[in-house]
Amino acid sequence: MSVATRPSVDSQPSRRSRPALSEGKKQERKLGWLLCAPAAIVMVAVTAYPIIYSIWLSLQRYDLKFPDDREFIGLANYATVLSNNYWWTAFGVTMLITVISVTVELVLGMGLALIMHRTLIGRGLVRTSALIPYGIVTVVAAFSWRYAWTPGTGYLANLFSPEGAPLTERASALAIIIFAEIWKTTPFMALLLMAGLALVPDDLLKAASMDGASWWQRFTKVMLPVMKPAILVALLFRTLDAFRIFDNIYVLSAGANETSSVSMIAYNNLMKGLNLGIGSTMSVLIFLTVAIIAFIFVKLFGTAAPGSSDEDGRR
Amino acid sequence: MATETTSAKVKWGLLDAIVVVFALIPVLWIVSLSFKTTATLTDGNFIPREWTWDNYKLIFQTDQFVRALINSIGIALISTVIAVVLGTMAAYAISRLDFPGKKALVGVSLLIAMFPQVSLVSPLFNIERQLGLFDTWPGLILPYITFALPLAIYTLSAFFKQIPWDLEKAAKMDGATQGEAFRKVIAPLAAPGVFTTAILVFIFCWNDFLFAISLTSTEQSRTVPVALSFFTGASQFEDPTGAISAAAVTITIPIILFVLFFQRRIVAGLTSGAVKG
Repeated sequence: MSVATRPSVDSQPSRRSRPALSEGKKQERKLGWLLCAPAAIVMVAVTAYPIIYSIWLSLQRYDLKFPDDREFIGLANYATVLSNNYWWTAFGVTMLITVISVTVELVLGMGLALIMHRTLIGRGLVRTSALIPYGIVTVVAAFSWRYAWTPGTGYLANLFSPEGAPLTERASALAIIIFAEIWKTTPFMALLLMAGLALVPDDLLKAASMDGASWWQRFTKVMLPVMKPAILVALLFRTLDAFRIFDNIYVLSAGANETSSVSMIAYNNLMKGLNLGIGSTMSVLIFLTVAIIAFIFVKLFGTAAPGSSDEDGRR
Repeated sequence: MATETTSAKVKWGLLDAIVVVFALIPVLWIVSLSFKTTATLTDGNFIPREWTWDNYKLIFQTDQFVRALINSIGIALISTVIAVVLGTMAAYAISRLDFPGKKALVGVSLLIAMFPQVSLVSPLFNIERQLGLFDTWPGLILPYITFALPLAIYTLSAFFKQIPWDLEKAAKMDGATQGEAFRKVIAPLAAPGVFTTAILVFIFCWNDFLFAISLTSTEQSRTVPVALSFFTGASQFEDPTGAISAAAVTITIPIILFVLFFQRRIVAGLTSGAVKG
């Protein structure tokens, strides 16, 4: 992580520079650094420093309710969190939500991308409507779903479970959370995929259909290979985004009945428990998990060739 | 052939309709709730039986909501302006200049775009408390800028790469000064990209919930999404459903307007950054 964040303020530019840079080149470099410096400084200051600070905090017993007990305790917080059932339940829930929502979104998003890209009529209308879930405030959408599924107020609750309260049972609450997440983020997935669709040459599709390829063959043999990079980008972004799910759960179930995600319990630990030590430990663990997911993605699907399997053991 | 195109049109029309209905139903539902009277609020009807503006009157009379709305608008606007200015500078450098460390900057932006925001909540909470930034506008603006910057840099670099920069030289050869060349030739070409980026960044800041709920504690800097979640159970409102719905609709209006007027640009912005980044 520190490797990744440090180079932005590259302080040794001339180490292996060729002798005698022209005056213009030097000027260009200077201007480049000057223009990038503010953005780089803000990004690094607001992310790298806090994450290092939170590693430091995670090694301490630090409860804001008992500030005098602050003490360096090594990895004890990690032992506490990692041996705790709540953490693993939340971790499981987060993984479940991530896997299901991203899978469904990929399928639906592909469909939506095809519709937005190829529809013969009302293209503007479809694209405009699809942007609404993307743009709408997550909390607003979550409230809409919550009221829809609340018995009495809601049309969906009255329709599907007249005598139950779906948001108060674990399985149905999770299903609704996943559904809300899918509704909100499928358009984003679709837009990323549409960018990939636009790269598929029409001639190639025509040629394939001339050769008698069915629609499905054209899709799997022509479109998917061209779209592969776009699909991977979309998957990576959405996976990491789904993993940090918070808003929907907060509004829909407040994490009751074991529906908390890791973000939820980290937040609760800080705000309700006021335990900075444990909260920071969770922060670091979430950060590591995300780093591992990103790493696996890049390794599995990225440009990296096979042969780097020795990295697998790293946790 | 004619019948084939008609049937294709019908088929696409149906698919279009499914998408439109699916995308709009939750929005229409919350609009419907916001117009229901207290008596009909729990009837579960999708369309209100009686319409009323009472919920809107109610929320605009309470400090809790009005103050939050001001916070939301102020914080989102300031963050957008700063992020777009810093992003424009960096994106210009990335797309036009050659300098060491460029790749690193792009890499860092990508990392931050994927960064789990909740990991920053605990440390930022403590740092901001010590610096006196907790529960202030700058306390939210800072993380917003940070997480908006990758988005801004990607989108803007993609736009800037499409600008025919030779025009600038041409204008100068025709006798325009550097300033004129920039103002009359480059700025008009770059403006749509900058504007689109501003919309995307604004939507991002407007949308945030996690930072807003963790780094604020009073009305002083609480934004609407957070204020909404505090309406629940507040003694001020007997049944907050109507009020929450009205407030929710109010903060959805700017998004709807953006989407209606700038659909083409938003789509272009989101798709260009994704592939060429």
